[in-house]
Amino acid sequence: MIEFDRVVMNYGEKEVLKQISFSIRKGEIYTFIGPSGSGKTTILRLIDLLDRPTAGRILIGGTDISSLRERDKVQMRRNMSMVFQKPAPLRGSVSDNVAMGLRFRHADEREIAVKTSEALQKVGLDEYGERNAGILSGGEMQRVAIARAIATRPDILLLDEPTANLDPVSTEKIENLIITLNKKFGITIVLSTHDMVQGQRLADRIAVVIDGRIGQIGTSMEIFYKPVNRNVARMAGVENILEGTIAENEGGLASVDINGIRISAPSQFPPGTPVVVYLRPEDITFHGKDSTKTSARNEITGRIIKVVPIGPMVRVTVDAGVKLTAVITQRSFEDLSLGLGEETGVAFKASAIHVLEQDHLT
Amino acid sequence: MNEIAEGITQAVQLIISLDEEVLAITARSLLISLSATLVASLIAIPVGGFIHFREFGGKRGLITIIQTLYALPTVLAGLLVFLLLSRSGPFGFLGLMFTPTGMIIAQIVLIIPLMIGMTLIALSGVSRIKQDTILSLGGTEMQTVITIIREARFAILGGVILGFGRAISEVGAAMMIGGNIRGYTRVLTTAIALETSMGNLSLSIALGIILLAIAMLVTGGLFLIQER
Repeated sequence: MIEFDRVVMNYGEKEVLKQISFSIRKGEIYTFIGPSGSGKTTILRLIDLLDRPTAGRILIGGTDISSLRERDKVQMRRNMSMVFQKPAPLRGSVSDNVAMGLRFRHADEREIAVKTSEALQKVGLDEYGERNAGILSGGEMQRVAIARAIATRPDILLLDEPTANLDPVSTEKIENLIITLNKKFGITIVLSTHDMVQGQRLADRIAVVIDGRIGQIGTSMEIFYKPVNRNVARMAGVENILEGTIAENEGGLASVDINGIRISAPSQFPPGTPVVVYLRPEDITFHGKDSTKTSARNEITGRIIKVVPIGPMVRVTVDAGVKLTAVITQRSFEDLSLGLGEETGVAFKASAIHVLEQDHLT
Repeated sequence: MNEIAEGITQAVQLIISLDEEVLAITARSLLISLSATLVASLIAIPVGGFIHFREFGGKRGLITIIQTLYALPTVLAGLLVFLLLSRSGPFGFLGLMFTPTGMIIAQIVLIIPLMIGMTLIALSGVSRIKQDTILSLGGTEMQTVITIIREARFAILGGVILGFGRAISEVGAAMMIGGNIRGYTRVLTTAIALETSMGNLSLSIALGIILLAIAMLVTGGLFLIQER
């Protein structure tokens, strides 16, 4: 439905997008994830024909948009709607705002009334029609902006960081709404976020955008557990990124030497290959001082050098010859009576480890 | 000193007694300048809208020229319109020299750059996001320009008031094109100039007070609208 072929976008001297290619299918929720300034917004703006690419081809519904005349562009744009990161209220009531797109399409007043109240109902703001749009809270305005965008029943909905400025309750409402719009009404949704977990909750497929390039495209599972390079891994919350060398390899189960520590991991690389080992912090378990056997393949002992509470969880850094960061629940941390400076055993399964050749680093 | 006090007293009398000539001059001033402002608005606001919205080569240069013309001397505007409307000029056949219509044209020429400029400033106050939202909602170029003008309407109205202020207070073009013909093209400013040169100070002061009162009413009115 939407295809980018080696699209380049420069704003003045600044290269914002560097030859990016991807293809979005009809009816899916496609998410661009990346740190701010990575080019996500620019991608959405290009799809909505608000900017013209410096180079490359963009196809929407099979039509190359570069050759479109201004009038055809408006027609093309009328199949989509974009909600901006900080939606701006236009002058007038909430209803006036929501009706704007329909008015542009010269819908008659009855149709406008019906579709406007429908759209407000979908976002749960049925009662808000008469209010002044200029005095809404952030979450309300975000929902009005979505109502405004869906009132025209677009095929494609573009959402730029739809929950970046919202509280958790509003965020949940918006996320549920996004899922409903997609599943129930079949709208193709393209959204950008810097929140990997939100990407996981919403997206059928994720494209990780880093510094104007697409690092990886895949399902959230693929990106969480099989990141293709260091930058994607960092974005996906893989906190343990260790460099080592394959010491032995027995039929796909390799022993990796990291700073003198041996770790078992599935890998096809022959001995001597310099590799990078990725391990998610949630995949590390602790078993205190008395090392009761676990089913994990890798068990090493180290000293706790850093403890940072994060809500109900604790991020614990252990120096075991290599530095490993783990995230466990506050409760298990207490149950194991662990503390800063204490010695502990840590374990992780071989299957939790993702091994890539060092040459693949970008 | 005595002269001034006397003048003011007489002026107040002229105003209170609704002196026919004073009323006629005031009405003519208002009619000419309001007409000029209305026509200039109808031209300047859409033109400003499209200059703001469209990207084209020389846009920056054009804006600089428009800004320079804010300071267009009234006599130059008068001269330009004189060259166009005088008997030997390209539009001489219309016979608009020394008519109120000619004065309206001169005032339009005078205030259009200012009003386009003020429209541009007003529209640049409309956030980029708003403009993109309007486009994204499927607005055509025309619909988008109209909508952003509506978003900035109070600021644009400020520019209109400024244009009106310049039109009603200028004397050079009105004198050159209108000719200060009594009962026909004589307006507040030309009347003040004439009466003062004739030493008829009380009438000048009366007209001056009226001119200021009009300015106050107009700006006050704008204030009320903006407050709402």
